[in-house]
Amino acid sequence: MLTKRIIPCLDIKDGRTVKGTNFVDLRDAGDPVELGALYAQEGADELVFLDITATVDDRKTLVNLVREVARHVNIPFTVGGGISSIQDVSALLNAGADKVSINSSAVRNPKLIDELALQFGSQCIIVAIDTRWVDGKDWVHTHGGRKITEIQTIPWAKEVENRGAGEILLTSMDADGTKAGFANVLTSTISSNSSIPIIASGGAGSMEHFYEVFTEGKADAGLAASIFHFKEIAILDLKNYLASKGIPMRI
Amino acid sequence: MEIAIVKYNAGNVASVMYALDRIGVPYTWTDDEAILRQADKVIFPGVGEASTAMAHLKEKGLDLIIPQLKQPVLATCIGMQLLCKHSEENDTTCMGVFDVEVKRFQSNDLKIPHVGWNSIHANQDNPLMEGLKKEEFVYFVHSFYVPVNPLTTAVCDYVQPFSAMLHQDNFYAAQFHAEISGMAGQRIIENFLAL
Repeated sequence: MLTKRIIPCLDIKDGRTVKGTNFVDLRDAGDPVELGALYAQEGADELVFLDITATVDDRKTLVNLVREVARHVNIPFTVGGGISSIQDVSALLNAGADKVSINSSAVRNPKLIDELALQFGSQCIIVAIDTRWVDGKDWVHTHGGRKITEIQTIPWAKEVENRGAGEILLTSMDADGTKAGFANVLTSTISSNSSIPIIASGGAGSMEHFYEVFTEGKADAGLAASIFHFKEIAILDLKNYLASKGIPMRI
Repeated sequence: MEIAIVKYNAGNVASVMYALDRIGVPYTWTDDEAILRQADKVIFPGVGEASTAMAHLKEKGLDLIIPQLKQPVLATCIGMQLLCKHSEENDTTCMGVFDVEVKRFQSNDLKIPHVGWNSIHANQDNPLMEGLKKEEFVYFVHSFYVPVNPLTTAVCDYVQPFSAMLHQDNFYAAQFHAEISGMAGQRIIENFLAL
């Protein structure tokens, strides 16, 4: 049976793992290579590395980091942050990333999704959508959630699928950092409306929250950062808990 | 032991190379006929689209060389599909080592592609599963599948049962990505290298 995936996310700044509340107040949570390998050993199904600064100077550091992660990690991993061209993707995949995640650049130039899917295959192209509820609607945000766009979240999710995205990483800016649970209603709407997998992100604070996002939220994967980094929830405990509640898990 | 990884323009082979690095065996990434023929083991990896991949193989004559190889060959993902007779993906004629058809998943309720960790059930005598449980989880990403047939050596279930592994003579194949399938995947590669 196809299992639901548990995905620790490692936010990277200057080659180190960080995670803040609502994307500010960064705290250092360790060495990404070490942490990634540890998570793989503990039963993580996949890893996501998001380079949250991603300036031009950082690109070489990131490619080197990806190479080191690939050497030490035997599960699939995704790299995102500041990716805006075929060249960027090519460098990351060649360094050993299994998938890349694009966000602001896809909003700026939606055709990029088509081009990347054609060049590398949909299976390695994740479109990340940062969404926030403003004036009664869900709106796509860019630049780490700081900038609102004129694009609504639900139709955008359909568009990125039609353009060839292989998966959607849906982050609720409203839920992110609150530890009050995932945005299950929005996740469920998008997942039901979509034939590609939805990775839900933002708001995980307890094991029940993952149960809810896989049932009510109809998510295919659940992503979280700080609860794993600060060992509030151990991955194996989480997977055992979910399996005991009837959620298909790889244990 | 000489290990050759077939070099052609399909997908990302870095994960395969790093998997071999973790096991600690050297390898050559090559499209050179002599090296491929002389290698003790050949790995034929791939992610991508069937017709484009076949076109690249033909450009280098690899579509004729690979089916003639005599040493153990391990094909993964699109590599496995390219060793079949024909693929529904853009109506592509493939190499025909395995006399089976590659079909497109069709489902109204399940998501396509099949992405993630799914369990496989292996035949008892499948040498690549030596030391592993009868049921293991491995990582899949694909929209096309090989139906269960007499060459099937492990079965996975998504939409319907399909071939997770095939074997004929010196050709071994896996639909999943052993190179990123955790410790189970690593053991499968080690078992192949030990053949």
